[in-house]
Amino acid sequence: MTAIAVSVETTLESAVLAALGTVVDPELDEPITDLGFVRSVAIDDLGVTVHLRLPTSFCSPNFAYLMASDAVDALRSVDDIRTVRVLLDDHHDSDKINAGLAADAGYRGTFGVEAEDSLEELRLTFQRKAHMAAMERCIETQLRTTSLAVSDIYRLRLRNLPAGRAREALLRRRAAIGLGIGLDLPVFVDEHGVAVPPEEVPMKLRFAKSVRISIDGNGHFCRGLLATRYEDDESLDLHITNTRRTA
Amino acid sequence: MYSKDGENYYVVDSHVAIWDAREANLKNVHGKQFIDCFYDYHKNLSPEEEVWDYDTYTYYGGERLMKDLFQDGYVDHAIFQPALLTAFYNTGFGQTEEALALAGEHPEQLTYNHCYDPRNEQAGLEQLRRDAERMGLRGVKLYTAEWHGDSRGYKLDDKWSRRYLEECIELGITNIHVHKGPTIRPLDRDAFDVADIDKVATDYLDLNFVVEHVGLPRLEDFCWIATQESNVYGGLAVAMPFIHTRPRYFAQIIGELLYWIGEDKILFSSDYALWTPKWLIEKFVDFQIPEDMTEYAPITVDQKKKILGLNAAALYDLDVPESLRIPTSAADPGVEVAAGAKETVAS
Repeated sequence: MTAIAVSVETTLESAVLAALGTVVDPELDEPITDLGFVRSVAIDDLGVTVHLRLPTSFCSPNFAYLMASDAVDALRSVDDIRTVRVLLDDHHDSDKINAGLAADAGYRGTFGVEAEDSLEELRLTFQRKAHMAAMERCIETQLRTTSLAVSDIYRLRLRNLPAGRAREALLRRRAAIGLGIGLDLPVFVDEHGVAVPPEEVPMKLRFAKSVRISIDGNGHFCRGLLATRYEDDESLDLHITNTRRTA
Repeated sequence: MYSKDGENYYVVDSHVAIWDAREANLKNVHGKQFIDCFYDYHKNLSPEEEVWDYDTYTYYGGERLMKDLFQDGYVDHAIFQPALLTAFYNTGFGQTEEALALAGEHPEQLTYNHCYDPRNEQAGLEQLRRDAERMGLRGVKLYTAEWHGDSRGYKLDDKWSRRYLEECIELGITNIHVHKGPTIRPLDRDAFDVADIDKVATDYLDLNFVVEHVGLPRLEDFCWIATQESNVYGGLAVAMPFIHTRPRYFAQIIGELLYWIGEDKILFSSDYALWTPKWLIEKFVDFQIPEDMTEYAPITVDQKKKILGLNAAALYDLDVPESLRIPTSAADPGVEVAAGAKETVAS
C-alpha cells in the first residue's frame, strides 16, 4: 500500500481525506486513497483542488470518470468546503473529463455521443463482484480457522462470522447492492440475497473464489504500474497543502 | 526446445510482435502514451536484468526478434499477433510487411497472423480474402474494443462480424485470437466482456477461439464461458510475467485455469517484446504450486509440455518432432473435460 505521509493537522484536512477515502475503484474494490490514485490535495480560501492519477493513460475512461465524479460528490459533502475542483492528470481523456467535471456535465454530458448510457449498470456489475469476493473471503477464513465444513456453509449466518474488518467489509458490500445487513441473514447468497442452496454451494464458492482472485490480481497490476509510472519524477506520496487563513 | 532435468519441451510462443513506436512513426500523443504504457508493463513485471532501454523498446527489428526468440529464448515456433492501431501510428504499430517478410524467410519458425475489422463491411471482407491468399493465413487477431469512426467497438456476434467468421471458415482461417484485456478506449461498452465469445463459439464449432490474456482482469467470466464451450482457449500473454513478481498469484491463475478449462486449452506466450521468452520459459518449467495451496493439485511435467507448446502446435498443425510429443486433445474438442467444466455442465 502506498504510504500517505501527511500530517493531518486540521479537521478540514482530515475531513477531506476521509471523504476521498470513501471513493472506491470499482474494479479493484479499494479506496483511491489506498491505491495512490490521489496525487495532491490543495486547500485554500476558495475551496479545495484535488489531482487524481491512474496507473496508465489508457485506464478505462468510464471508470476514470466514475472515480473522479464520485470524488467531487464526496468532497461536496464536507462542511465549509466551498468550491470543489477535481482534476484527472495524465489520462488520454483528461481534457474531456476535466471539462465535464468542471461543468457538472454528468457522464453523458461529458462524453456526448460517445456515451450510450449511464454508468449505473456498470457500477452495479462491479458492486456485485465485490460482494461475491467479500463473501468468499469470509467463508474461506471460516473454513480455514474453524470446524466449518463446506456442507454446512448454507447454514452460516452473518452473526457466525467474527466481528472485524472482513465482516464489516461484507456488510458494506451487501448494503451497496441493496441487501439487508441484519446479523440473522445467511452469508452465502446470490445477488438478490437468496441463500445458495446446499447442493450448489461447492460450485458457487469455487466461482466466487475466481472472482476474488481476479479482483486481487487487478490490484497487483494497478499498484505495480502506478509505482513504475511515477517512480522517476516524483514521490508516490500524496501531497497535501493547506493555505486557508480562516476557519 | 528447452531441456531441464531430463525432460525436453517443445515451445510455441503464441503471441509475438514487431512494432515501431519510434518518434518518427507517432501520429499523435496517443501513440506516445501507448508505448509508454507498454514500457511500464515491461519495466514493472520483468526481472531487473531483463529490462531493455526505452529506445530499444520502441523498435528492435527482425534480427533482434530472431535472437531473443530462437537463439536465446528456446522457442521452436512463434506466431505474430499484430495490433495495427493506425489511429496512433503513421505506418501502424505492428509492422505488417516486416513481420510477413520475416515469416516468409523463416516459415519453419514463424507464422504470421493478420487482423481485420468487420466494420469495414464488404470492402474489408474482400481485403480479408486477398490477405488470406497473400499471407497464407491460419489465424487472425481481433481487437473488439478498437475505435472506428463513431463506433466504440463491436461484438463478435454482430451481423458483419458473423459474415467475417463465416468467411474465415471458407478461407481455412481456423484460429481466432481475440484481445479481451487492457485496451484503448472502451467507454460504456465493457471491452473485457467475453459474452460475445460464448455466442460465436457455440455457433461456429469449426473455429477455435483463443482469448488472449485469459480474460484478465475478468478471469472468472472467461473461465465460466470456457467451461461451456469446447472450442475456447486461453492465451497466457500478460499473465505469464506474474511468475516472477507474484508467483503465488500466478499459482492461483494457473490453478484456476487448470481447474476450469483444463490443460489442453491453455497456451503459453511471452507477448514479445512486452517480455522476452527465455526467462518466462525457465521459470515456468521450474514452477510449482506452493505446498500450502492445497486447493490446487501440483502441476505436472506433461501439463507444462502441453501449455508450453503442444497445445498451440495442435491448433496450428506444427510438425512436432516425434520424441517431443505426448497426446494432447487440443484441437480435438470434447475429449477430456476439465473438472470445473464437468461440474458446471452437470449442475
